[in-house]
Amino acid sequence: MTHKLEIYNGICMKVIVAVKRVVDYNVKVRPKSDGSGVDLANVKMAINPFCEIAVEEAVRLKEKGVASEVIVVSMGEKSCQEQIRTALALGADRGILVETADELQPLSIAKLLKAVVDKEQPELLILGKQSIDGDNNQTGQMVAALTGMPQGTFANEVTITDGKAVVSREIDGGLQSVELSLPAVVTTDLRLNEPRYASLPNIMKAKRKPLEVVSPADLGVEVVASVKTLSVEPPAERQAGVKVASVAELVEKLKTEAKVI
Amino acid sequence: MSILVIAEHDNSSLKSATLNVVAAAQQIGGDVTVLVAGADCGAAAEQASQVVGVNKVVVADNAVYANQLAENVSVLVAELGKDYTHILAPSTSNGKNALPRAAALLDVAQISDIITVESADTFKRPIYAGNVVATVQSTDAIKVITVRGTAFDPAAAEGGSATVETVANATDAGTSKFVSEELAKSDRPELTSAGIVISGGRGMQNGENFELLYTVADKLGAAVGASRAAVDAGFVPNDMQVGQTGKIVAPDLYVAVGISGAIQHLAGMKDSKVIVAINKDEDAPIFQVADYGLVADLFDALPELSAAL
Repeated sequence: MTHKLEIYNGICMKVIVAVKRVVDYNVKVRPKSDGSGVDLANVKMAINPFCEIAVEEAVRLKEKGVASEVIVVSMGEKSCQEQIRTALALGADRGILVETADELQPLSIAKLLKAVVDKEQPELLILGKQSIDGDNNQTGQMVAALTGMPQGTFANEVTITDGKAVVSREIDGGLQSVELSLPAVVTTDLRLNEPRYASLPNIMKAKRKPLEVVSPADLGVEVVASVKTLSVEPPAERQAGVKVASVAELVEKLKTEAKVI
Repeated sequence: MSILVIAEHDNSSLKSATLNVVAAAQQIGGDVTVLVAGADCGAAAEQASQVVGVNKVVVADNAVYANQLAENVSVLVAELGKDYTHILAPSTSNGKNALPRAAALLDVAQISDIITVESADTFKRPIYAGNVVATVQSTDAIKVITVRGTAFDPAAAEGGSATVETVANATDAGTSKFVSEELAKSDRPELTSAGIVISGGRGMQNGENFELLYTVADKLGAAVGASRAAVDAGFVPNDMQVGQTGKIVAPDLYVAVGISGAIQHLAGMKDSKVIVAINKDEDAPIFQVADYGLVADLFDALPELSAAL
């Protein structure tokens, strides 16, 4: 099969996708009252939305015959297997869980991913641009730095041709297009694609796909957390204001009361 | 303490985001050096030297930095940055792109999008779409930080007199190439620094109807933003998106029109001084944060508003 793909496309890529287990995006989380952390007890968890887009993009590359294998990697506690299984149901071929109870910050995640990249030698590594819990927007850039790969961050279009990736990126003033040599790192923006839903037969099939479990020690990586969270608190609360009855009253209030126009 | 600030610029002029970062640097305290990396960026460097609070400007003027490719800029920042205690960049798309790469090259963590400086090693930053504010402390020798511009008043753009120094460092990683750029052209103020922002959501129904917002915006001298729904529906380009994953704004006045007020949108605008919501659904969550709410059909309200201004 590999040879066939090579003949048809000139390349036959292995793609690694990193996915993170996070609080479902519809949940409004609250800090614990003692400020020690965020209350995550009994909260619905899901694949980070940007990671879902990353999985979808990798699966589409496979469907186009550009990718030969899609490997999904997640890191954290055993429960992350659920998110790996979801990605497998969406079309990834096999999973790797880096299992640890330690707090994983972006630099450690990047180092662990580099170890996986060294072992698997993919042509493309796709991540979400940020996780909606930590809101860091760092991991893709960091793993690109550690592996020496070029990066196409905040991607809204990825085209693979002639051993290169052309990535259209969402930037502050509009769009920018860059050409990256492979292997490369891409991080997904919201508009890259619309992720599919997993069908029941695919969910059943995903249960039989291989899922390897390794530890950070197996990968030779020491997990370090150099940023300590001292406390968490709710943001300054905004109170609902007043309802106005008409546009005239609104303009009047903005002029005389709020004095902003 | 010695602080290296990575300037945001387009080679010919310094972007205002740099001024907010210089202000954050001054709160940390210590000598502030601004790095201007670009091609033919002398004019931007000249402007940086006049910013109040800047001690020194370092200019890396080379074709390899022309389009701020992260592969090249990060190497420069890591090389120069190792002699500083802090490296700061704005939370712009350039800052977010290149700085984590530089941090990894220095083998240190990055603290993203800080909103306050508590001390030289402790900062506050929003997490979970702004629903939680975390106080974090870095134990790294070099603190690499991106700064949320709207959280810091800008340093004065004129009145300073920093020395300007040129460095010859130039690395072309050779792995990436700029192809093209499509920038939205607008006479309206820039979204992230505008005093007034008026945004439209799904309720606008189509792109043509945004003209109603533009008319009001022009009367107010406002920038125009959008919710994700409006961008995804193709009403307006994505660089207008306000929210957790778009731009963060904190103007004096934010007018949300036909926007329900999802968590992800609120993350991008709830620090605005005054919020106005115009929505025909009186149960829309946006009314819970709006100082002034008008329950009305936007197609009636916008022309009326335009006439009243």
